[in-house]
Amino acid sequence: MTTATTSPGATAPAVHTDAQLLERSWKVPIGLGVFALVAIILFVVLGRDGQSVFSFTASNANAVQLPTLPLGARATGIVVSVIAVLMAAGAAVLVQRRVHVPLWYVAIYTLTLVIGFLVWTTTGNTLHITGLLVGSLALSAPLIFGALGGVISERVGVTNVAIEGQLLAGAFVSAVTASVTGSLVAGVIAAMVAGVLVSFVLGAFAVKYAVNQVIVGIVLNVLVLGLTTFLYQTVLVNNQTTLNTPPRFHNIDIPLLSQIPVIGPLLFSQTVIVYLMYIAVIAIFVGLFRTRWGLRLRAVGEHPQAADTVGINVARTRFWNVALAGAIVGLGGAYFTLGSVGPFSQNMTNGNGFIALAAVIFGRWDPIRATLAALLFGFASNLQSVISILGSPVPNDFLLMLPYVVTIFAVAGVVGRVRGPAAAGRPYVKS
Amino acid sequence: MKLELQGITKTFGALVANDHIDLEVEPGEIHCLLGENGAGKSTLMNILYGLYQADGGTILLDGTAQHFAGPGDAMRAGIGMVHQHFMLIPVFTVAENVMLGHEQAKLGFLDLPAARAKVREISARFGFDVDPDALVEDLPVGVQQRVEIIKALSRNAQVLVFDEPTAVLTPQETDELMAIMRQLKEAGTAIVFITHKLREVREVADRITVIRLGKVVGEASPTATNSELASLMVGRSVELTVEKSGSVSGGHALTVDHVTVIDARGQVVVDDVSFEVQAGEILAIAGVQGNGQTELTEAILGLEEHVTGGIHLDGLDLRQLSMRKILDAGVGFVPEDRQEDALVPEFTIAENLMLDRSDGEPFVKRGTLQLGYLRSFAADKVKEFDVRTQGIDTLVGRLSGGNQQKVVLARELSRELRLFVAAQPTRGLDVGSIEFVHERIVATRDAGVPVIVISTELDEVVALADRIAVMYRGRIVGIVPGDTPRDVLGLMMAGEVPHGTEVAA
Repeated sequence: MTTATTSPGATAPAVHTDAQLLERSWKVPIGLGVFALVAIILFVVLGRDGQSVFSFTASNANAVQLPTLPLGARATGIVVSVIAVLMAAGAAVLVQRRVHVPLWYVAIYTLTLVIGFLVWTTTGNTLHITGLLVGSLALSAPLIFGALGGVISERVGVTNVAIEGQLLAGAFVSAVTASVTGSLVAGVIAAMVAGVLVSFVLGAFAVKYAVNQVIVGIVLNVLVLGLTTFLYQTVLVNNQTTLNTPPRFHNIDIPLLSQIPVIGPLLFSQTVIVYLMYIAVIAIFVGLFRTRWGLRLRAVGEHPQAADTVGINVARTRFWNVALAGAIVGLGGAYFTLGSVGPFSQNMTNGNGFIALAAVIFGRWDPIRATLAALLFGFASNLQSVISILGSPVPNDFLLMLPYVVTIFAVAGVVGRVRGPAAAGRPYVKS
Repeated sequence: MKLELQGITKTFGALVANDHIDLEVEPGEIHCLLGENGAGKSTLMNILYGLYQADGGTILLDGTAQHFAGPGDAMRAGIGMVHQHFMLIPVFTVAENVMLGHEQAKLGFLDLPAARAKVREISARFGFDVDPDALVEDLPVGVQQRVEIIKALSRNAQVLVFDEPTAVLTPQETDELMAIMRQLKEAGTAIVFITHKLREVREVADRITVIRLGKVVGEASPTATNSELASLMVGRSVELTVEKSGSVSGGHALTVDHVTVIDARGQVVVDDVSFEVQAGEILAIAGVQGNGQTELTEAILGLEEHVTGGIHLDGLDLRQLSMRKILDAGVGFVPEDRQEDALVPEFTIAENLMLDRSDGEPFVKRGTLQLGYLRSFAADKVKEFDVRTQGIDTLVGRLSGGNQQKVVLARELSRELRLFVAAQPTRGLDVGSIEFVHERIVATRDAGVPVIVISTELDEVVALADRIAVMYRGRIVGIVPGDTPRDVLGLMMAGEVPHGTEVAA
């Protein structure tokens, strides 16, 4: 609190932005160079002969069909390698001139390498691009819900490590409730209630009793995992038909929009939960930055004492927004069961909550950016499974690491040091 | 609106912070609340503002008793507060900060144009130049304070409390604030002005109430002299000037040569600074908080990472040395944040006294602490430096600020020194402790040690310095003799060198 107004940069801004004295960071060009080298080794030195066919057909027949795109493996590999080397050199020139390498530059570079890798690894096969993307969105959906809950929770000043537990609780409760009642709506509501209940525990300890938020979060994850596993093994396994056979959401085609090639089946032939997700992303973005709710929420997460002195109840704001975050994450939990496979299985969230937490940070506590980050992680996961089915020269164990490697590079490498909500993780005790 | 506080009492455990305090403020009056740090001024105002609940007593506004469950209630009743540590959200714009807590909305969306108009309207009324869309963290502290005032006025505050408002301002900004306070007073606002700076009190107050140890010890008129006010505040007569003979120069000791420091965010915080300090002289580095003084001292001590230029002590290149070696070379250091950087609050006085000497005899032999030696050493130092404590095993965190600072001084001054650097040595201390600290600093100088004192308080700079270097935005504006008039120093602290000032390089 005491240094909030006295940092040197705050009192003398923009005076000494003398670029001559700023140190150059070679991190990005070196990174790009290393990957360009990998590209040359894989695509040219270890290059494969043959063709990879990119297909854009969709499962629903009424969509407009696009022709397939055959790509020569070696030619593509060489082109991609050349582009990679040129872009790495370009980044080096930018740094030499002390220009910051923009994120879109890195994004284009990455996309180029991914295309090169796809062609190389699927040589002799047909790759269904639409299927790859649809699967990516399916894997991303729970991550996006988790990240949205994380954004709200951290923005209000409570670090939410319990996303994993909230997702798992939502998945379990929604499966059981929907099985018993036969109602999808009841299942979804139950999932949200489950997420809220986990949040209540987090909120009570973190807000009211000022306990370390990370520890409470970890404990909650272990607690939910243990509880759902126990109930699954002792109750659900023996009553599979009555308790663990929920109905599933069906895809709803949105007229016209769903017929657009690639985009249509990807975005507009989805379940209600995914449509709710679109609404949630936009509503939370607008809400955070354009409404009284968002202004107060961010104030409490940045400088709770200041919020207190203008008559905002910090504890109440934190508690109920953490509860709201729990409801959103719980809904994401329902996606695991009602939105995709149906029945609950042991530890079915399998670390997704932690990836969602990484998406919050990669997304710099912004709902839209966090969503994009979650999509990236979802794509990496799905890429791994698609490639391992098609068969690839890369050992499957390495492919399994892919989503996590992407996460580490994204959070540690690209993001670097970013500033989150100033008071996130710190309990507010009136002094 | 007339404010009356009657018999306000507040206790924290065994400590009586406020003991039946009565206070009365008329509309259109500036009422000064004068008292040392820890006298209970801020506690009283936090009760008035609803942040604390009083254990006894009543708050009356225009004769009606009030019950404030929180700051929201107090604000609705017409009380506004300009906090010592600004209650602004750094990443919000001015307009967002002003509207926070009483937002106007259209169809559920924030009505930012209305908030901007409000900021402009109040700014125009008082002649402020504040951009409603500027981010607060980009504004200088003086402007941030105006945002605080706008914030209070936007809620139609009739009673305005200024809690130590001048601590972070340059002398010029302080003068401007005084003008604003008079303007508010003309408009009929009742103003409570909390401070421990006597000069300001006498300049602006209509009435003065002095508080000591939680009790009202008297009222004074603005015509009272400084020493009258000071003795009322402290409870005994105080020496306001430091006894100091002329300095005896002993040749160059520390040379700082074109030093530049870049902080972790890549900003240049110390910009090509050069000066020399001679043995047996005090060089005071004056300047408003955050103009590079902290980073400069840290660079001398080897605590900054990106430093260019030369720092030599008696021919020894300090930049080549580790922190440990710099200490061994005889550099004593009083950091500006004593609780954060100088002491381990959970350690005892004795343990804190040996913190920087844990690497060898006589405190450590063959990896074992020499507790017997430590005890006698600590007992000596506690006596010598007049640390008021129950014993050397008291945790430092339990001591008052003044006694904590004495522990720091005892540790740093009990080594054989060749350079002594004291940053904000009396920040937050009571007048009695300030006297003691100043005496020790002058005694160190008289022993032939070169001394650097960094201070944002002009009183302290003028009292101690043989020469004064004024820093502004990372640069040294000029180095002037110790008897330079205060108004000249004030201008220099704002980055200007007045015409005709003799600037010694």
